[in-house]
Amino acid sequence: MPQLGESVTEGTITRWLKAEGDEVAIDEPLAEVDTDKVNAELPSPVAGKIEKFLVSEGSTVDVGTEIALVAVAGESDSPASDAPPQENTAADAPTEEFPASGTEAQPAAQDTERQQEVAHAGGDGRGEIEDAETLRLTRSSPVVRRLAEEHGVEITEIPGTGTGGRVTRKDIEGYIEEQEEREEYAPPGLQEEREAFEEPEPEIERVPVYEGDRVEDLTGTRRAIANRMSASKRQAPHAWTMVEVDVSGLAALREREKAAFAEREGINLTYLPFIVEAVVESLREHPVLNSVWDEDRIILRKRINVGVAVDLEDALIVPVIADADELNLVGLARKVDDLVRRARARQLGTEDISGGTFTVNNPGALGSVVSTPIINHPQAAILSAEAIVKRPVVIDDAIAVRSMMNLEVSFDHRVLDGGAALKFLNAVKRRLEAYGPESDTG
Amino acid sequence: MAIRETSAGHEALGLDEDDLRRMHYHMLLARRVDERSWILNRQGKAAFVISCQGQEGAQVGAAYNLRPGKDYLYPYYRDSGMTMLLGQTPRDQFLSLLGKKEDPNSGGRQMPGHFSSRRLNILTSSAPVGVQYPQAAGTALAFKMRGEDGVVLVCGGEASTSGGDWHEAMNFAGIHDLPVVFLVENNVYAISVPAKFQVAGSIAKRAEGYGFPGHEVDGNDVLAVYEVAREAFGRARAGEGPTLIEAKTYRMTAHSSDDDDRRYREREEIEEWRKKDPIVRFEKYLMENGVLDESERDEISERIKAEVAEASEYAENAPFADPEDVLVGVYAEA
Amino acid sequence: MATKNLLQAIYEGLAEEMRSDESVMVLGEDVGRAGGVFRVTQGLQEEFGTARVMDTPLAESLIVGSAIGLSVNGMRPVAEIQFADFIPPAFDQIVSEAAKFHYRSNGDWNCPITIRAPYGVVPGGALYHSQSIEAWFCNTPGLKVVAPTFPADAKAMIKSAIRDPNPVLFLEHKRTYRLIKEEVPDEDHEVPLGEARVHREGADITVVAYGLMLYTALAVAEKLSEDHGIETEVVDPRTLYPLDKETILDSARRTGKVLVISEANLTGSVSGEIAAIVAREAFEWLDGPVMRLGAPDVPAAAFAKPMMDYFVPSAEEIEAAMLELARY
Repeated sequence: MPQLGESVTEGTITRWLKAEGDEVAIDEPLAEVDTDKVNAELPSPVAGKIEKFLVSEGSTVDVGTEIALVAVAGESDSPASDAPPQENTAADAPTEEFPASGTEAQPAAQDTERQQEVAHAGGDGRGEIEDAETLRLTRSSPVVRRLAEEHGVEITEIPGTGTGGRVTRKDIEGYIEEQEEREEYAPPGLQEEREAFEEPEPEIERVPVYEGDRVEDLTGTRRAIANRMSASKRQAPHAWTMVEVDVSGLAALREREKAAFAEREGINLTYLPFIVEAVVESLREHPVLNSVWDEDRIILRKRINVGVAVDLEDALIVPVIADADELNLVGLARKVDDLVRRARARQLGTEDISGGTFTVNNPGALGSVVSTPIINHPQAAILSAEAIVKRPVVIDDAIAVRSMMNLEVSFDHRVLDGGAALKFLNAVKRRLEAYGPESDTG
Repeated sequence: MAIRETSAGHEALGLDEDDLRRMHYHMLLARRVDERSWILNRQGKAAFVISCQGQEGAQVGAAYNLRPGKDYLYPYYRDSGMTMLLGQTPRDQFLSLLGKKEDPNSGGRQMPGHFSSRRLNILTSSAPVGVQYPQAAGTALAFKMRGEDGVVLVCGGEASTSGGDWHEAMNFAGIHDLPVVFLVENNVYAISVPAKFQVAGSIAKRAEGYGFPGHEVDGNDVLAVYEVAREAFGRARAGEGPTLIEAKTYRMTAHSSDDDDRRYREREEIEEWRKKDPIVRFEKYLMENGVLDESERDEISERIKAEVAEASEYAENAPFADPEDVLVGVYAEA
Repeated sequence: MATKNLLQAIYEGLAEEMRSDESVMVLGEDVGRAGGVFRVTQGLQEEFGTARVMDTPLAESLIVGSAIGLSVNGMRPVAEIQFADFIPPAFDQIVSEAAKFHYRSNGDWNCPITIRAPYGVVPGGALYHSQSIEAWFCNTPGLKVVAPTFPADAKAMIKSAIRDPNPVLFLEHKRTYRLIKEEVPDEDHEVPLGEARVHREGADITVVAYGLMLYTALAVAEKLSEDHGIETEVVDPRTLYPLDKETILDSARRTGKVLVISEANLTGSVSGEIAAIVAREAFEWLDGPVMRLGAPDVPAAAFAKPMMDYFVPSAEEIEAAMLELARY
């Protein structure tokens, strides 16, 4: 069916002017065709013998539909073949990976995490939008964000002179300049000490690139992490110690309570709130673990703001539970859930990641049984909770199978010694081992 | 106003037999090219056809007075008789019809019927009706300013005299005695609107109001049109100013391939005008005057048929421009 | 070098060009004998004669249409539309015809015409002698639209426009004809079309403006510098279509703060185009929202002075906007 006129999409064969079996010459009228624009005779585009009419008189077909078969002299006729049926390739269902040990100190697969997010976000499925005043203070402007990321500086820590206290480009440029100057300035008497402890600036020797090598330029985030980690290791002499914790009772408690908890509170009951609660109470008893080294003094922080390390694909971020000692187990569970979810969704604000005094790390979620974390500078210590593994253990001279979890602490040896670290660790251990299936999860 | 018909034989008009044969050839060529264009459209190969059929006499009669390379033509979309007379070829027509890269009018950017050729002094045309008239007046003014005897022929249908641009141009041409010939091919219909709802009074008589002569002529008599146009061109060349020619003719096809004229006119009316077909009438004149006989006529017919077939096939096989060409040529470079 | 106002500079540019090129001619209503209702063309007919400086009938479509016809037969016409408000009858010839000649003929024909028109608010002008009409034309590929505000630029750019093989719409702010004076070089000073000019350098905010608004913005910039130590960079696009994006973006990236000011109705204005370009291509450098100031969306400035004053962005409003942005 030809297109007879612009914007015409279909035509009707009102009358065939030849019969099947007739010979037809080129340009000879073959049919009368009606469209919503015109009514016309259709001149045959080929000469030959009409084999078959594929459309009957009175039928309406789309432009492009085959309407007749004409055997052109010298060609064998080839009947129209049906297109092969479309094959549906079933999409492979994504396999979810769970940590080998099966712990859920943090929610396991990222996929389920995101699915949960979608289910929980806001009543009508759309999140709340922050107001302009808040955004001015936290996100400022594109150029300010860019400078902040490039220099590893937090916008909320800078005094702003712009509208509503906004940090302007000038403000952050000034701040960065000041910072660089401050790093150069040293209070009298400390200079020698500094020089003794600080490594000399290494000469930057570039590494050669060979054919086939892939060079990845550093992202702002990567560079920031690199700087922080180097600074931490360079300044704080790291020491490390470990204890084994029997969490069989805790595991049984969680097993018993998790369904009811989930129903009651709307979030999963993981191991992390238990750990954080134990840490917080132990920090109260051993405040030197919640402190900061400052050149010629140690500042013991009053507030206990526990950071929880979250591993994202391309970044390591530590959202902070401010005043963690004021929250009970349920409160901690909620807070952890909220922070982790927002971290994964990249929705954390500057206030969420600043002001930490102690950090809890959970490589156990990824299967680690031993790790030596780097202190979250300028804190004094960091705790790692490892995977919970069922192991044969000796109790009362008999072998029992118990759920065991390793806990380690890396600490700044300038601030505290191994004894203090172990006293703290043992306090945490004691608390975690005290849980049994009948314990209260209040 | 009396309609002028051929008042003199061709010799008195300064035409010899070669001229007559040439005029005949171009009228027939235009007709056959047009017929083939319709077939291409009905076969689904050409998206749009807009015809000259019935107006070949008016077109060739008037345009025959143009001096190629010297005078200017502002055609309207039916004037394929004129453009081929001036030097466009059947291949050009089909290339334009199919929107191919080699289309001399626009490289496939414009619909068919939007003629253009700098080489042949044919101005680029467009779709808004009547815009050509003020432009033609300006072009004529340039000749006058330089004291040259160039002439501008500007054409349109009767509907193009309804818009302000025609009147502004007529007025301006009259004020300054511009060397422009206004040819109105009154073919009775503007799409579906007949002349009686288009034109108040007489088109030809309007020229008087603008201070120069206007003539009605039998548009299907090629020699009558030639005669009146020859006078008009003569006036213009002599610096005597503009002339309006209203050629009374008839649109034998629908407005375009997108128009169904059965909605607004009777077949009988078309048949009446078919009896006055300009090509048939001219062939009668030629045969009566011994310029053409049956076998010569058949031979010409065959020759034209072959030319048209070759040109059509050439254009059908010709390539389109690259899609990226769309971005080229928005501005002229200095 | 002599000090000239905008009107004198345009006259000089026209006269010099007509002296050096015989094909250049002027046509329009009252341009010949009377020298133009604003006197821009005064003296041209005496020097060049009635053929080259032609008084046309009152018919805008004819004025531009015949200019097109002249331009394809060896002439370089400069057509005048007496007030930009009267351009609508010529719209078909400008947009459907002149702008598309080159493209639609696949480069075969071109249309080297210049169309001059005075625009902008003047006391007593009211709805039909005050409009800013550039937005109607600044998205017509094939056409160029220029609006030089300062005399030296106008003189150079009328020549560039005449020499350009494309149709150029040359807009002149009538309020500034006599208001703005500048040293205008005697020699053949060239300003190409499509190039902006930075009138004043500054590090704190960028103001993009043309016409009377440019003149006012420059004065406000001085005031801000004296009173507040705020340094404004003032960019004059000079050509509105196509825009000199690079100059505007360079300034935007330096200051991070851009305010676009024009006298046209705000919605759908050329200011919007400039703002969109800045927002996209200078995004990472922005330290504040891209702001615009324009006339309210009502049909032009009214006749009564208080209403007219309300319509046009005032020096006070401009100062307030610049301060707000600088302090953001």
